Amino acid sequence: MEFFRIKRDIPFMRHALVFNIISFATFAAAVFFLVTRGLHLSIEFTGGNVLEVEYARAAEVDKVRTSVEALGFGEVQVQNFGTSRDVLIRLPLREGTAQAEVVGRVFGALCAAESGTVQQREGVSDEGESISRQVCEAAGAEPVQLKRSEFVGPQVGKELAVDGATALGFVIVGIMIYLAFRFEWKFAVAAIVANLHDVIIILGFFAFFQWEFSLSVLAAVLAVLGYSVNESVVIFDRIREAFRRYRKMDSAQTIDHAITSTISRTIITHGSTQMMVLSMLLFGGPTLHYFALALTIGICFGIYSSVFVAAAIAMWLGVKREDLVRAAPKGDPDDPNAGAVV
Amino acid sequence: MNRYPWWKYAILAIAVVVGLLYTLPNFFGEAPAVQVSSAKATLKVDADLVPRVEQALKDAAVEADFVQLDGTSVRARFGDTDTQIKAKDAIAQALNPDPADPSYIVALNLLSRSPAWLSSLHALPMYLGLDLRGGVHFLMQVDMKAALTRRAEALTGDLRTLLRDKGVRHAGIVRAGNSIEIRVRDAATLAAARTALAELPDLEWSEAADGDATKLVGNIKPEAARLVQDQALKQNIVTLHNRINELGVAEPVIQQQGADRVVVQLPGVQDTAKAKDIIGRTATLELRLVDDSPEGLAAAAGTAPVPFGAERYVERGGQPLIVKRQVILTGENLTDAQAGFSGDTQEPVVNLTVDAKGARIMRDTSRENIKKRMAILLFEKGKGEVITAPVIQSELGARFQISGRMTTAEANDTALLLRAGSLAAPMEIIEERTIGPSLGAENIAKGFNSVIWGFAAIALFMCVYYMLFGVFSTLALAVNLLLLMALLSMLQATLTLPGIAAIALTLGMAIDANVLINERVREELRAGAAPQAAIHTGYERAWATILDSNITTLIAGVALLAFGSGPVRGFAVVHCLGILTSMFSAVLFSRGLVNLWYGRQKKLKAVSIGTVWRPGAAKPAAQA
Repeated sequence: MEFFRIKRDIPFMRHALVFNIISFATFAAAVFFLVTRGLHLSIEFTGGNVLEVEYARAAEVDKVRTSVEALGFGEVQVQNFGTSRDVLIRLPLREGTAQAEVVGRVFGALCAAESGTVQQREGVSDEGESISRQVCEAAGAEPVQLKRSEFVGPQVGKELAVDGATALGFVIVGIMIYLAFRFEWKFAVAAIVANLHDVIIILGFFAFFQWEFSLSVLAAVLAVLGYSVNESVVIFDRIREAFRRYRKMDSAQTIDHAITSTISRTIITHGSTQMMVLSMLLFGGPTLHYFALALTIGICFGIYSSVFVAAAIAMWLGVKREDLVRAAPKGDPDDPNAGAVV
Repeated sequence: MNRYPWWKYAILAIAVVVGLLYTLPNFFGEAPAVQVSSAKATLKVDADLVPRVEQALKDAAVEADFVQLDGTSVRARFGDTDTQIKAKDAIAQALNPDPADPSYIVALNLLSRSPAWLSSLHALPMYLGLDLRGGVHFLMQVDMKAALTRRAEALTGDLRTLLRDKGVRHAGIVRAGNSIEIRVRDAATLAAARTALAELPDLEWSEAADGDATKLVGNIKPEAARLVQDQALKQNIVTLHNRINELGVAEPVIQQQGADRVVVQLPGVQDTAKAKDIIGRTATLELRLVDDSPEGLAAAAGTAPVPFGAERYVERGGQPLIVKRQVILTGENLTDAQAGFSGDTQEPVVNLTVDAKGARIMRDTSRENIKKRMAILLFEKGKGEVITAPVIQSELGARFQISGRMTTAEANDTALLLRAGSLAAPMEIIEERTIGPSLGAENIAKGFNSVIWGFAAIALFMCVYYMLFGVFSTLALAVNLLLLMALLSMLQATLTLPGIAAIALTLGMAIDANVLINERVREELRAGAAPQAAIHTGYERAWATILDSNITTLIAGVALLAFGSGPVRGFAVVHCLGILTSMFSAVLFSRGLVNLWYGRQKKLKAVSIGTVWRPGAAKPAAQA
């Protein structure tokens, strides 16, 4: 099987300007939404409480909201999570309340709303592990169950935000140094600009749709950054090789040739990775949902940016044969055009 | 040209065998077990306990798979949960003759079902994070400022004794924040004080004029301060261990994180309220004298200001009490505390035991203060409360008891807090997470399904698109998964849901190397290279690219590892390991397979790598 029956080099660079304008427009839109809407940060960054509860039958979100609001913990977010029986409740940090007790009080209120009482129950799981937990009991049944809760204090949240930014900075600097060392500064700049543009676009999506930006999404974003840089690296590798081999071509032609000869690999690789991500999106459940979503956007724009943006920027920066071939002036034994040396 | 020397095949074979061996324990699952650990700090669990447990099981006619000593606990594994519960009761009865005062904690637990020979190779199943097994996670911040203040207060007391012993007549010692100020009136005293102060190496002194007198200001030296903080953290961890032992949790994790934080993870516990009751009771204990002088009583009544060197606290009943600032003893000196009944009046009491230093101080203090009251203060989150303020009836030694105005439950409560030791510095919960057991199981299933279906889709595509080379790539990817799992099991790194996501993502990315190789080989074939040469150059040329792209991905992974915390760290560990294993499997292992298959054929006409399409050619040049 062969999907890519390309007869001659596709003139990508002829349309470089158009691609760059499209990129710039998406980038500007992403920045616009980031500024105007902001990211919907998870409580890992902002601090606060999250409870995930499971009802015996479909949950009434409004009723849940009223009973939690009655506790007076400030702005409460209540939404379904995964199925109609699961409800996620988010509470912001609030000065003056004993944060560590919030979860217990909210669960108590939810339980009371189902006319049950909270009891402590000690038991043994089916596997034989002892379990002690708080159970909401109403007439012998368990109308609501606490599946997960999380409390993050303000100091932790701030730290995580700082650490996240540091990690992003470290990745950018590290990759630039490596590329500058391995190739040339123009490529380093081009690769980073192209891939930061991916990162900003992913963030822009999260801002526009107000999807929750959590720590695992941050991990996905950084992983995508490393991953799409590697895409650019593959193309740059080819550009270098083409510069050595085909002396007659100018820069734009060389870049076209490099992109054309890697396009099949680019699409197959990304397709394979995307299959994995799609599988996470389908089977991973709500916890991995945004993680997989961030990866999906990152992979799609990763193809676009490495093919159309990175190489174009390198071209605008005036990448020349001398920049890359200088390192090995004696030439390549494979070079068909190698002539006499004066 | 496409041949490996025998030793390269040997390395590949060994890697796969080792990988299989260490992945194996993950497939056996877990069996019910009973874990016996010490309930008292004074009692050590050692090999002598094993025969006792065995005997107890034999007497109850319960059969265990094995009974063994594992670190600080004895574990016995059973076939099913019924036997497990029977065994737990039997062991508890045999080891704890008095259920009200247990010497050992007998808890239900899970143990790997893998055979003993695997365990003896240290081949253990992967360590699952709380999000996969359910439990409670706390992150606690130790209040280091309070630890320093307390140290300064203790040093002030030491100074008073020291200067009195040396006969230095100073004009007052006070603590101001974390520094200590001594006022001296004349130069002779100043010189005497200076010599005496050299005996306290933890403090550095500076002089300042203060009216007609001289003020000596002492600050805790930075290295001493660091030591104080270090010890405070260590003591808090030990105390937490003791308190958590009371909960009877099978495998608690109590670890230092950073300079001033402690992580506590309690698998299987769903009940945060109870856990917090015990560990979150971030209490520190101090014994001080009550100021029962007329000024003190007046201050307690609210008619006079609080006297110098004293503080006002509220007793548990609501009565205000004036307590001297000077600390006689802290929780550090307390070695044991038990609830009991007094011999003559049969009322509930708390029996206390203090260490040698504490005993000496207690003796001196109590001798000088008979018929006066001594307050036991409990500090929770910076706020102090007087638990009880008994009257000192006689000279006290290493063992003494508190009696009066207590119910049995209160005596038990007090004893528990005292017994578990007190914290050197208060702690506050700054992060808390609970995960239900059903959610943990769901998360495992979801993560597992994502990996399996993703893998299947990639494998199918690769086999169809690249034919035999696709099969090799798929096998290489399977080896990658195997090695990654083996590595995670070997390192006993904690596997979390983000970690499983990282496995999936790493596999998805790892196939990139094989696609690069296969595309390169096709390209060489397209350019008209002979099959053997095409394979050789294909691998050779792709290698540089693979290295480059993996290094950039690794940079991102390392950054996540260095700066990430919590879920991000779990992701990063797996991601970085996965990149390393993928380099091995995608390049070396797949090459090994190709060499094994094609390497021997001298006159190779075609390779099975799917369609090699040539522009201009009417039909494919080489096909399977």
